[in-house]
Amino acid sequence: MNMRIPILKLKDILIVSLQWELDDQTAIQFQEDLLEKLHDTSARGVVIDLTPIDFIDSFIAKVLGDVISMSGLMGARVVITGIQPAVAITLIELGIRLENVMTALDLENGMDKLQHELEA
Amino acid sequence: MGYRSSVDIHTEWDIVAARQLGRNEAKKVGFGTVDQARITTAISELARNIYLYAGAGKIEIERLNENDLFGIAIIASDEGPGIPDVRKVMEDGYSTSGGLGAGMPGVKRLMDDFRVDTEKGKGTKITAVKWLR
Repeated sequence: MNMRIPILKLKDILIVSLQWELDDQTAIQFQEDLLEKLHDTSARGVVIDLTPIDFIDSFIAKVLGDVISMSGLMGARVVITGIQPAVAITLIELGIRLENVMTALDLENGMDKLQHELEA
Repeated sequence: MGYRSSVDIHTEWDIVAARQLGRNEAKKVGFGTVDQARITTAISELARNIYLYAGAGKIEIERLNENDLFGIAIIASDEGPGIPDVRKVMEDGYSTSGGLGAGMPGVKRLMDDFRVDTEKGKGTKITAVKWLR
């Protein structure tokens, strides 16, 4: 039942597109897989696209926040893209602030932002 | 009483099942995407609280129709240890799980009505309602 989330590499950036509703185990597995992949590929940036995701609860938010901090410890920058209006509204109402997190409207903007950061 | 369906919460997978049921019911009642997300998220938080603090319990979803008002009720019940100090758990930032779960104030903000019935050693029943506008 445990589905692994595919992690793609494009030059020195890892690209992740979350396509379905995350259960707790898949989220934890993703955290480990992404950090392993960072280690193996020496990628310097990560884009996590959430466009198809229609809700995020506090658990998934915590896993996302943690994976961003952990990637930071390993020297990689993470940008989150495609957060839907409904997701943004419920996260803030729930009281969850993903602070100091780089975000962009969509994957394309996210790639540009990350590239700019990495060149700076 | 309106149509009621339920999911027993024993494992993490049941949390997924409960929120899927909730989203489907919310769609049937006619809620838009933002309210669907609010209802789904509230169910996820309440189901996780059952799993974390009581071990097992039940999420019931009821379609409401009172006069001209339509809505949905989430009833989260368990026979766990109960909540010793309800006023405290309703304070923002209070957590006994080290940051797991946004806590009850968050769920209350997502919904319109929120009610906690709890008795030490007997269990907890939380009823959260969202009305269709």
